[in-house]
Amino acid sequence: MPLLEIKNLTVSFDTAAGPFMAVQGIDLSVEPREVLAIVGESGSGKSVAMLAVMGLLPNTATVKADRMAFDGVDLLKLSPSERRKIVGKDISMIFQEPIASLNPCFTVGFQIEEVLRFHMGMDRAQRRARAIELMKLVGIADPEERLSSFPHQMSGGQCQRVMIAIAIACNPKLLIADEPTTALDVTIQKQILDLLVSLQAKYGMGLIMITHNMGVVAETADRVIVQYKGRKMEEADVLSLFESPKSNYTRALLSALPENAVGDRLPTVSDMLFEPAPSAAGVAS
Amino acid sequence: MSTTVLEGKNIVRDYHIGGGLFTGPRTVHAVKGVSFKVDKGKTLAIVGESGCGKSTLARIITLIDPATSGDLFIDGNKVDIAKGGLTKEMRRKVQIVFQNPYGSLNPRQKIGDVLGEPLLINTDKSAAERRDLAMKMLKKVGLGHEHYNRYPHMFSGGQRQRIAIARALMLNPSLLVLDEPVSALDLSVQAQVLNLLADLQDEFQLTYVFISHDLSVVRYIADDVMVMYFGEAVEYGSRDEVFADPKHSYTRTLFAATPRADVASIKARLAKKKAA
Amino acid sequence: MSNEGPATIEAATVVKPQDARLQMFGEFWHYFSVNKGAVIGLFVFALLILIAIFAPLLAPHSPDDQFRDFFLTPPAWQEGGNAQFLLGTDAVGRDMLSRLIYGSRFSLAIGFVVVTSALISGVILGLLAGYCRGWVDTLIMRIMDIILAFPSLLLALVLVAVLGPGLVNAMIAIAFVLQPHFARLTRAAVMAEKTREYVVSAKVAGASHLRLMLVTILPNCIAPLIVQATLSFSNAILEAAALGFLGMGAQPPTPEWGTMLAEAREFILRAWWVVTFPGLAILITVFAINLIGDGLRDALDPKLKRS
Repeated sequence: MPLLEIKNLTVSFDTAAGPFMAVQGIDLSVEPREVLAIVGESGSGKSVAMLAVMGLLPNTATVKADRMAFDGVDLLKLSPSERRKIVGKDISMIFQEPIASLNPCFTVGFQIEEVLRFHMGMDRAQRRARAIELMKLVGIADPEERLSSFPHQMSGGQCQRVMIAIAIACNPKLLIADEPTTALDVTIQKQILDLLVSLQAKYGMGLIMITHNMGVVAETADRVIVQYKGRKMEEADVLSLFESPKSNYTRALLSALPENAVGDRLPTVSDMLFEPAPSAAGVAS
Repeated sequence: MSTTVLEGKNIVRDYHIGGGLFTGPRTVHAVKGVSFKVDKGKTLAIVGESGCGKSTLARIITLIDPATSGDLFIDGNKVDIAKGGLTKEMRRKVQIVFQNPYGSLNPRQKIGDVLGEPLLINTDKSAAERRDLAMKMLKKVGLGHEHYNRYPHMFSGGQRQRIAIARALMLNPSLLVLDEPVSALDLSVQAQVLNLLADLQDEFQLTYVFISHDLSVVRYIADDVMVMYFGEAVEYGSRDEVFADPKHSYTRTLFAATPRADVASIKARLAKKKAA
Repeated sequence: MSNEGPATIEAATVVKPQDARLQMFGEFWHYFSVNKGAVIGLFVFALLILIAIFAPLLAPHSPDDQFRDFFLTPPAWQEGGNAQFLLGTDAVGRDMLSRLIYGSRFSLAIGFVVVTSALISGVILGLLAGYCRGWVDTLIMRIMDIILAFPSLLLALVLVAVLGPGLVNAMIAIAFVLQPHFARLTRAAVMAEKTREYVVSAKVAGASHLRLMLVTILPNCIAPLIVQATLSFSNAILEAAALGFLGMGAQPPTPEWGTMLAEAREFILRAWWVVTFPGLAILITVFAINLIGDGLRDALDPKLKRS
């Protein structure tokens, strides 16, 4: 049974100019212990789809799906309070801006322990022990001391480690990482990606990696979904995606990578695309 | 044949941070004695991670901030904005394109005015001439006449970056400083902008100083590469030299950390995963 | 190709600016009109301007004409009222309605003059402080802080006492008291905009300090200033009324609303209409303008964030 199963997900936003379809009929499933990458450029709806799963979209959004099930539980039928029990405990998420994701008014220790108190109901001593254990797990030196630092006293990479600690605090079954390394330097990016993948393997989590960076996909994913303008263009395992991309869009994206440049000019996406509108026609399934 | 457009000798930039109530003043060395030289029509890429001083160096080269010490030569003339003003001729020789295409255009200025402003300030050209030149430049960067009277918020990130490039070129500079010009753009748009930059370089014999943290972009566009680490140039050489045989351990770390998107490394990773 | 070029350019430049401006106004109106109260406020305010402009046509009598037979006549619908004086007369037999209608001229003039002068001086000081920083900033802002440290009405009173009572002096005093708000707001906005990259770009293009300040930065700081100006408009009217009430503003027989209230003070118990109507006039005007200010804030602020 897949860990997360989504069928025909559609998300639209009400705007001044009428409804805007951010996600149009996406199917998606994640198996336990699997790393799924969702790749797309800005406006492809890759984050919106996951925010819909988390129930974190604003009121202007309308979410429709034929099925949206987590671990066999239909998320669409849950009441908001039941849903909150799953979201944050069994599914958790980390975001692009690590420093902005932490509350600047509280120490990181407090913020980790808050999650433990809320979802696990641990007492003070248990919480503290677990927080130290988590800090060690995500590779922060001197965890006892670091627990009492504030977010602004830490670097971006360290903040992202704390975010990961918070995210895995309740042993989630599924971790969603939304551009977790985009705001970080390359050397830090490498460390964070390695950390995420090793934690995923260690605890057998499902991991959804949302990114625009083909390099990140190549370094982490088992399976990849390519999205463009709210539609799924292609779904394949990572090797065949890079070896023999099936959709025109994926091919264009890969050839636009500077490292794949042949000669003086980069082929651009518009060179290779499109017949008038992007459609799922290029997806062979 | 080749003439040197830009030369920096031992450029240093210190920031003095005023002391607080209980702490004394401190000095931060943002750039610690960096030297470089770029020939006409070539591209020097400056690579480094955040806080390595590459943007500070960019501001010094663009004559926005003065260097604390060191000599800067542009087209063979020594420039020092700390002492004595900057002539209009020097000012127009160096222009800059910033990373963030959303912050670099005045939201209240129409594109036509954005492009015309440098001419208005620096030349005596009439309004009609300015418009003509702006229209031509719009075309050069792949936009059309219909964009002349629009406001920046009507454009996408890639289009705005084209406009920023067009503005920088209005005064026919000899040196263009590109401060992470494609980092905020999507992959497909990034390719278009990089192509545009390459075309413009050929057409106008432009010299680029290209600041970036993205090694794959640098490898594509640069002739020479300088790697900066905590304000120092730890590696400086031609692109092929640096990429083939990095000397400094930091450069090697940087290369190792860059994600690889080729089939061979994916195969290697998957094999390793299976074994584990 | 070259023959066609200029024609298309011409067409584009002639049609487009209006389109763009219309579109921007349309967008502004969309956000403004979401706020129903703001639209009502705007309507009331427009009505008030019309009344002020056409006061001689609308008012049944001259504001200074005294009808010796009709001291303190109650409004027309009350017992003892007279159809000739719709809202009654005051203690010396002047028609209340006419005085209120003429009074709208003074109130609007006060608001307009005070806000304009406070805005101009405040923006100049704020612009200098925010752009130059250093000792200029310290000097200007500490003076502003000192002005703000006084209760505003008290300071205005002191100023009027020094300058001598009268409408013009009252306006100068109120403008002086309101001006630090504009200076602070401008300074904050300028400091935020100054580090933006488009300003650096303009600098690299060779723009002078004056051009950077006035052409590049200032237009981008306008939105919060417009909101503050509207709210200060009502504030100015209130303070002028207060000064008038204390006898330090417009002098009798000027039909300024605050002064009217002051003249009517001793008749509060006997003749409710002499205090109620000027009070209502002030209330409605101030309320309408505040509603507009809120609407402007809603319409302009998100726009700032979006661009």
